[in-house]
Amino acid sequence: MDTSTPAVTVALHDGDQVIAQSTTVDTRRHTELLAPALVDVLGAAGADRRDITEVAVGVGPGPFTGLRVGLAAARTLGAALRIPVRGVCSQDIIAYGVRAIGVHENMPFVVATDARRREIYWAYYEPDGRRVLGPQVGAAADVAASVPAAPGLGAIRAAGAGALLYPDAFAAVIGPEYPSAADLASALISDAVPSGAPEPLYLRRPDVAEPSPRKSVLTSLRTAH
Amino acid sequence: MAEQPLILGIETSCDETGVGLVRGTTLLANAVASSVDEHVRFGGVVPEVASRAHLEAIVPTLDRALTDAQVTLDDVDAIAVTAGPGLAGALMVGVSAAKALSIALGKPLYGVNHLVGHVAAEQLENGPLTEPVVALLVSGGHTEILQVTEIANAAELLGQTLDDAAGEAFDKVARLIGLKYPGGPHIQRAAEEGDASSIWFPRGLTSQRDMSRHRYDFSFSGLKTAVARWVETAEREGRSVPVPDVAAAFQEAVADVLTRKAVLACRERDVRTMVLAGGVAANSRIRDLTRERCAEAGIELRQPRLSLCTDNGAMIAALGAAVVEHGLPPSGLEFATDSSLPVTQVVI
Ligand SMILES: [Zn+2]
Repeated sequence: MDTSTPAVTVALHDGDQVIAQSTTVDTRRHTELLAPALVDVLGAAGADRRDITEVAVGVGPGPFTGLRVGLAAARTLGAALRIPVRGVCSQDIIAYGVRAIGVHENMPFVVATDARRREIYWAYYEPDGRRVLGPQVGAAADVAASVPAAPGLGAIRAAGAGALLYPDAFAAVIGPEYPSAADLASALISDAVPSGAPEPLYLRRPDVAEPSPRKSVLTSLRTAH
Repeated sequence: MAEQPLILGIETSCDETGVGLVRGTTLLANAVASSVDEHVRFGGVVPEVASRAHLEAIVPTLDRALTDAQVTLDDVDAIAVTAGPGLAGALMVGVSAAKALSIALGKPLYGVNHLVGHVAAEQLENGPLTEPVVALLVSGGHTEILQVTEIANAAELLGQTLDDAAGEAFDKVARLIGLKYPGGPHIQRAAEEGDASSIWFPRGLTSQRDMSRHRYDFSFSGLKTAVARWVETAEREGRSVPVPDVAAAFQEAVADVLTRKAVLACRERDVRTMVLAGGVAANSRIRDLTRERCAEAGIELRQPRLSLCTDNGAMIAALGAAVVEHGLPPSGLEFATDSSLPVTQVVI
């Protein structure tokens, strides 16, 4: 499962192939959509919850609230079913999708997702899908200066919704737009992506300021008069 | 008699991650992980900091509750989770975990109201409540007077704060007079050395006009400003600020208005039992004054121990148990969190 982007995506893989999947795009309803999707894929595959032997979850980067919905569900599911939970960088899932459909035409590429505040989360991949830079967060316009110059390639091609948002920053926008749980499962089964503990990739610190020294109430009252 | 169902409760509406286990009105476990220390330097709860802490704490707290109760997840008959009110991002962690648990165990899930949960917690302390009750809830997140006519399905909001929660007022005034966060315990300690009658601070929404429009409501912003003005005037005149006296007088103003309105609600609605809950209810002056005034008015005062007063999972399990006993339908897996869930909605 992955909830690090507006897509709530769940898939079931039986070791040979993806046997059921569900993807719904809705930025604001991750908590509502994820659990029914889990039940739906189990039902569609004719599987029981006790048949699950392992859980894989996209760990972002992504907007925090949605990202946590998937991580909280995956960790709890793993704990309750007493099965392992593996985390995969969500951008690696998109990169796997890029290679699966071959739209990168054997060139290096960037995966970019929306980080809001006019920034993107992005990572840079070799043609074989190896992540060599990122994930990091920044302005789309700054990506070109950060990635190695690709031989014989004037500019960068990029996949993901972040590329669609800032098409001017990239030479070509390619698919897919969001990570798919089917790709996540297939990538893990075929050892095509690194995995680790299901820890969120926030990349940003909580947006808070420590309190400033107290203001004079008397002064502010006086100026208000 | 057959054993009552085992209910697991999950609470993540503010800065405490709570998992509790309850049978009927019997408390079996109440595991809580608090992120309060992480908020100290910000002088208040930071939603994103709280949400991150919930994600890290939820599974370990679940494990601890099961160990404490000496049960396994297979023994659990139903799950209850706080659906609201509370911080949206924080609520979502608990609800997402609870839904996953419901799927993993194949057991029904109930999304319940946090405020009514505070009232249900009292049943774990002193047994079933004789309804109706009036509840005075005071914490860093809320200041409300509720009437609960039937714990599982009939509660109404009589009054609430129009601005700061009582706990926030304690935090802000503590900062004004150089005391630490959280303000409640620090102000109480300072006030023990002070004279509450040496300064008079205003009681919000108690004028005749306010009593007709906001009979059971509270407001603490005027009180906070009054304290700030008093402190500044003293400083400008070169007097040292008598911190214990200011703390005691402020605390008295809060305790006075809270208890006065709660007792009034009992009298006017002919309710004989009051429940005092929420983290600020741990304040000894608020507790003493409530006890005193309830005794005068012939009202039975009920208050759970501190660990059941502050936000916790056992209170959600206790409410879940009442809801299950009433045979209400489960909430399913599609419900959303509601950061302003009305108190009339006990189950979502
Ligand atoms: Zn509370």
